[in-house]
Amino acid sequence: MALTLDGVRVRRRGEVWLDGIDLELPSGMTTLLGPMTAGKTTLMRVAAGLLPPDSGRVVVNGQDVTGVSVRKRSVAFVYQQFVNYPSLTVHENIASPLRLDRSFPQQHVDRRVREVAELMGIAELLERRPAELSGGQQQRTAIARALARPVDLLLLDEPLANLDFKLREQLRSDLKSMFRQSPGLVLYATSDPAEALAFAAPAVVLGEGRVLDTGEVAALYAHPPTLAVAAALSDPPLNLLPGTVREGRVEVLGASFPAPRAHASGRDVVLAVRPHHVSIDPAGDGALEFPAEVRLAEVTGSATFVHLLLPGGRHLVAQLDGPRAFTPGDRATAYVDPAHAFLFDESGGRLLAESAAEVDLHG
Amino acid sequence: MTVTEPVEDPAVTAAEEPDRRPEAKPKDNRAWLLVLPVVVCVTFTALIPLMTVVNYSVQDIFSPSDRIFVGLEWFRSVTRDPEVRGAFLRTLMFSAQVLLIEIPLGVAIAVAMPRRGWTVSAALVVVALPLLIPWNVVGTIWQIFARGDIGLGGWAINQVPGVDFNYTLDSTDAWITVLVMDVWHWTPLVALLAYAALRSIPEPYFQAAQIDGASAWATFRRIQLPRLRGVLTIAILLRFMDSFMIYTEPFVVTGGGPGNATSFLSVLLSKIAVGQFDLGPAGAFSLLYFLIVQIVSYVFFTVLTRSGR
Repeated sequence: MALTLDGVRVRRRGEVWLDGIDLELPSGMTTLLGPMTAGKTTLMRVAAGLLPPDSGRVVVNGQDVTGVSVRKRSVAFVYQQFVNYPSLTVHENIASPLRLDRSFPQQHVDRRVREVAELMGIAELLERRPAELSGGQQQRTAIARALARPVDLLLLDEPLANLDFKLREQLRSDLKSMFRQSPGLVLYATSDPAEALAFAAPAVVLGEGRVLDTGEVAALYAHPPTLAVAAALSDPPLNLLPGTVREGRVEVLGASFPAPRAHASGRDVVLAVRPHHVSIDPAGDGALEFPAEVRLAEVTGSATFVHLLLPGGRHLVAQLDGPRAFTPGDRATAYVDPAHAFLFDESGGRLLAESAAEVDLHG
Repeated sequence: MTVTEPVEDPAVTAAEEPDRRPEAKPKDNRAWLLVLPVVVCVTFTALIPLMTVVNYSVQDIFSPSDRIFVGLEWFRSVTRDPEVRGAFLRTLMFSAQVLLIEIPLGVAIAVAMPRRGWTVSAALVVVALPLLIPWNVVGTIWQIFARGDIGLGGWAINQVPGVDFNYTLDSTDAWITVLVMDVWHWTPLVALLAYAALRSIPEPYFQAAQIDGASAWATFRRIQLPRLRGVLTIAILLRFMDSFMIYTEPFVVTGGGPGNATSFLSVLLSKIAVGQFDLGPAGAFSLLYFLIVQIVSYVFFTVLTRSGR
């Protein structure tokens, strides 16, 4: 099973939704990562055959299926909303794609439904209707519906986004082991980099209707080739500080550090640093120091996010371990270790250097 | 003026007992003042007129100064009147036919209406048009439209060989004319209500059905119909009450005729009350009419909402 998208373009109401997607996906799981409006859902709908592309081809196993209706394809789709038939029980919901599939032996439907329900942990709920289930159980039903029929292409469009944290974590690990057994191609869309990292599958990073990069998520996280990829893989969002290369040093808001490679003097650059690499406690040698004013502190329990105002009106968010107390207006010093920061070209966003030192995988 | 005894102020009482409900707000009955305008309004517009009717229904009135209390005599005579019974059955039949045609037809129109694009507004305008026409104008339009000599509709039907359509002479033709008119006038209401409910179904539901390979009928039954339950309850109630009380259109088109073929309860009632000025029987008739609508609506509502559980 292999899926190829060849120059797929989709344009609606004067907006470009997909701008020339070329992708070759092998069987197994692939994560589709990108922020909202990156084109994840559109790409999946094109791949499923729900949306015909304006131009380009969709090829499955060497066969052009661009114009083939979704009814004639072997596809299953799980949505961010919990989509089940409201008037049918959980059992009937899971059975519905099997009953409509003429090639599936009908005497095995009940067994298969129970099998999948067992797998998704909803075996006790088979006689209930969707309205009598919690959100997590509804989504489990929807996923079971998609898993019941063996399909070539299983598409999941942010299936966990509407669930609360605990359920999300639990369902994610369940799904991970399930996808490993899946014979076909699994395409999993998410806007959450942590989720993509957790699945540890090959990733396609999308942005504004284009493929920004493909590869292993962890590698992309550690060595983002462009600013857009780095941003897509950073949650909480990246801190961006403008700088200039001058005589072998990178100057950022009054602080400077040695440029990692020889760069032309006068070049504008962007220093990108993830919030957990910003500190307000004195860091090791070589860290950039910025005088700052505390504007806001959010305590999440395991971490405290401090919003800092730097001279020149720049904002910087620091993620600190554990709950910490701050008062807006407090003076502080922000420390940024260039070894943990990425340096990008100001205009094109291309990576000039990963960092001054080699970046470790944990970030 | 002298104060005879201290008025018990609930606000003070509450303040004096702080430990029982320490956070409770001071209580008094001032909220009743806010209801007062409604009470006054309803009394003047509904309660007093209704009691006037009740007053009429138990008296035989010869002149304003000469009236006799007759008890339930009018109720007895009205319920035994074959003309009233005939009109009651006719109206019931009419309402049943209206519901059987307009509800499925309205839902079918709603399902067939476009879901997006510029055609949505166009379809809405076309469908809503009959609803914007005043009732007596609808009657006049159909009175002319259905005529065999100068009306387009009546003339067209008469072009079919062997058909002699004349709603002023044939009671079946008259019945059909009034029924078709009501369908034309009020099916759009059902269609618009159903359309609003259908529009609220998220697109993924239809995609999911498509992926499953479900037929259009299965999609309707499994996804669209469950969503329609609420609005259809309202549509059935509205259409029942309205059709059961239909007056203007048959009055304009047929005047209740030919004979009494389209003489519905309201038409007969107005004949008794305004035509013959029999206020006693008309009062009793009105109250029974009112009661029937109330009871049938209540039964409909209870049955429909309970079946949803």
